[in-house]
Amino acid sequence: MQFGIFTVGDVTPDPTTGRAPTEAERVKSLITIALKAEEVGLDVFAQGQHHNPPFVVSSPTTTLGYIAAKTEKLVLSTSTTLITTTDPVKIAEDFATLQHVADGRVDLMMGRGNTGPVYPWFGRDIRDGIPLAVENYQLLRRLWREDVVNWEGQFRTPLQGFTSTPRPLDGVPPFVWHGSIRSPQIAEQAAYYGDGFFHNHIFWPPEHTERMVEFYRRRFEHYGHGSADQAIVGLGGQVFMRKNSQDAVREFRPYFDKAPVYGGGPSLEEFTSQTPLTVGSPEQVIERTLGFRDYVGDYQRQLFLIDHAGLPLKTVLEQLDILGEEVVPVLRREFAALKPAHVPDAPTHASLVAAAGGGHDSTVQAADDVTGRTVEVAQA
Amino acid sequence: MTTRTLAVVSAGLSDPSSTRLLADRLTVATGEALRARGEDATVEVVELRGHARDLADNLTSGFANGSLQTAIDTVVGADALIAVTPVFSASYSGLFKTFFDVLDKESLTGKPVLLGATAGTPRHSLVVEHAMRPLFAYLRAVAVPTGVFAAAEDWAGGGVDRSLAGRIDRAAGELAGLVSGRPAATRPADPFADPTTSFEELLKGR
Repeated sequence: MQFGIFTVGDVTPDPTTGRAPTEAERVKSLITIALKAEEVGLDVFAQGQHHNPPFVVSSPTTTLGYIAAKTEKLVLSTSTTLITTTDPVKIAEDFATLQHVADGRVDLMMGRGNTGPVYPWFGRDIRDGIPLAVENYQLLRRLWREDVVNWEGQFRTPLQGFTSTPRPLDGVPPFVWHGSIRSPQIAEQAAYYGDGFFHNHIFWPPEHTERMVEFYRRRFEHYGHGSADQAIVGLGGQVFMRKNSQDAVREFRPYFDKAPVYGGGPSLEEFTSQTPLTVGSPEQVIERTLGFRDYVGDYQRQLFLIDHAGLPLKTVLEQLDILGEEVVPVLRREFAALKPAHVPDAPTHASLVAAAGGGHDSTVQAADDVTGRTVEVAQA
Repeated sequence: MTTRTLAVVSAGLSDPSSTRLLADRLTVATGEALRARGEDATVEVVELRGHARDLADNLTSGFANGSLQTAIDTVVGADALIAVTPVFSASYSGLFKTFFDVLDKESLTGKPVLLGATAGTPRHSLVVEHAMRPLFAYLRAVAVPTGVFAAAEDWAGGGVDRSLAGRIDRAAGELAGLVSGRPAATRPADPFADPTTSFEELLKGR
């Protein structure tokens, strides 16, 4: 099982001091957090994509590329990549490039984005969210799997004789997760392709997660990718820990009370009882997290949100220490002991290459400018 | 004998409340009208006052907590709905509206509904028509033609004014008429049932 963190990259004032980090500080803090994640033994760092303040994550592969250069084991992922408003050609290029930069330590998670005003900035309409996700992802898959793509769809300029470069590392595209809170169509999409399904598993009661995952597993089996319990499931979760649980509650409360998604509504206590949010001791986080398996089954990836709502970098790094030293080693051991042998691990570049019968260089050479032969003809 | 479920939503705030009083009168009259048609009724009352904080929380959190979800399930699963609000600032109260704001917008489609409102003055007597009826039209509920409005003076005699009693009976008869003979209420379609449209269909031409 993989453990990691995911961030939305928000620039939020620290409610205890009133001071907001600068964009420069926040961009650098994401990098510091990612490097620390590797240092403490986590497996995955995923960052979101937003195109409006207060976020600094409009260009995810820039940050991830730098992190790739500074790390050796960490898998770089996204939470999420906007498949609705980002050109699939750009996604294909960016993440194939990142694969080469990171020696394959890359996967990504598709999401639609739920901020209405963003869509028109990119010539889109939020009401087309699902059709955009369906069409754009289908094109993205082809761009990675076919050297020359002729394509016409509803939303994008047609492509004739188009080759997305660089080609995926070893001829194997990155593994893809699909994230959705409550749209069965997206779980259906993940199941159809045999891709992973990720539920963010924060802000809402676990019943929503349970129903989405159950549906995804059932449809994964329907499409013949394996039995339902072999589907690839990832969960989010938000935690804040101190040795003494009362200290955790006391320290986290001002951040909770001011957080845009939490403030003004149910109390911290109500949210921790009604949703997977866990604020307490490392032991409480371990116990709660192990309980996730009770309603989603054996799953492959657990990501925690830890740098939200203006928490200072120093505090976030302390949280990573606690995760790495006290929480994740226990979770790794316990989850591994519970997992039946026929339940697969999350796919990695190495496992995908092995499944493809080995890697091959998939470089596409340019058209011959002497004979005028196109790539398409040259490959025929 | 068929037994129908009547859900009653009352947004009255005081105890006793004239809104609840009107709701009870409408409920009893509807039960009698159903029995006259050879059917029986069980009644489930949702007092919104008890969910005031739950509803506010739902607005910010985006989900109903357990207690509110039970109330929502009661209303959505009922064969008919009696909905009564006090008039606040010339319309339904915010509490009343919030309950219908947090329902899935498909969840009352086709539901027979009897609308009622109370106020301190008869000058609000068209509130059922100009405020409540459009709301339930939007929700695609089937509101009976008679909406029942009661002002303070309708209760003044210590009982119910005769013309108010007549409106209550007429409205209850209309609701019973809509409900009886219909198939039992069905739950909204399960979004997690196997899809009827295949994914290949969605991909067609892409």
